[in-house]
Amino acid sequence: MIIASLAFYLFAAITVASAFMVIASKNPVHSVLFLILAFFNSAALFVLLGAEFLAMILVVVYVGAVAVLFLFVVMMLDINFSELRQGFLQYLPIGALIGLILMVELILVVGGWTLSPEALELSAAPVAEMSDKTNTEQLGGLLYTKYVYLFQAAGMILLVAMIGAIVLTHRQRPGVKKQVIAEQVYRRPEDAMQVRKVEPGQGV
Amino acid sequence: MEIGLGHYLTLSAILLTLGIFGIFLNRKNVIVILMSVELMLLAVNINLVAFSTFLNDLVGQVFALFILTVAAGEAAIGLAILVVYFRNRGTIAVEDIHHMKG
Repeated sequence: MIIASLAFYLFAAITVASAFMVIASKNPVHSVLFLILAFFNSAALFVLLGAEFLAMILVVVYVGAVAVLFLFVVMMLDINFSELRQGFLQYLPIGALIGLILMVELILVVGGWTLSPEALELSAAPVAEMSDKTNTEQLGGLLYTKYVYLFQAAGMILLVAMIGAIVLTHRQRPGVKKQVIAEQVYRRPEDAMQVRKVEPGQGV
Repeated sequence: MEIGLGHYLTLSAILLTLGIFGIFLNRKNVIVILMSVELMLLAVNINLVAFSTFLNDLVGQVFALFILTVAAGEAAIGLAILVVYFRNRGTIAVEDIHHMKG
């Protein structure tokens, strides 16, 4: 039990520290790398909580897709990031004030929060205690039966996002040479070849 | 010391506050603002999974999965808009984005 507690404190500390570095580091590439670290440690926290499937999804989706996307965009755009950091200290007091107020409010909410005993019996899909089903199996059983329409809707959202991203970023540049297969197929020998009579001692 | 629900809720509160703080701190840099939004969504996910575990209800994890989906789509669309904007204007400074203001 002590090991679980120590693991929680380790992962939570690294998550918070790297989240702080995400917003505070000068170079956006470093921000993305710290974001990846934060995601990895949150995945470890999910494992501690017994949500293995979500932990793996977090690593695959966030680290494998979203963070790499961020990295690509940061490196693709040719921006002077030091210019964008001007006024960093100017916004610090108001940001710190609002952050502090929010933090105090959240801690008050968490501190004053109690669970009514009846709430535990109202759970919509209780986790099977002491069953030999893994977390992934249970989640799949729930997702493909009770929440199958929501699952399909999630797929539609991803499809729309994909089409939107492609439509937004795709462009046709003028003056780019492309292969037109129909023209190649319809080309006749008469158009392409000429027979010339070359006189001796002269060029073509 | 036993790790309870309160520990996880505190952690996600700290993460959410850091995300909001990041938006205020990096007001000119859209990329870091998007990263802060990702941090806030991560905090929400930690909240949902913690509740799911400690209340013995799997629906929280299903919900976290959908939030993950929406976050991935949001990041893709946001970065696509950013790339198009940079291509047209050559800058991504937030205060220059006021075309649609009357």
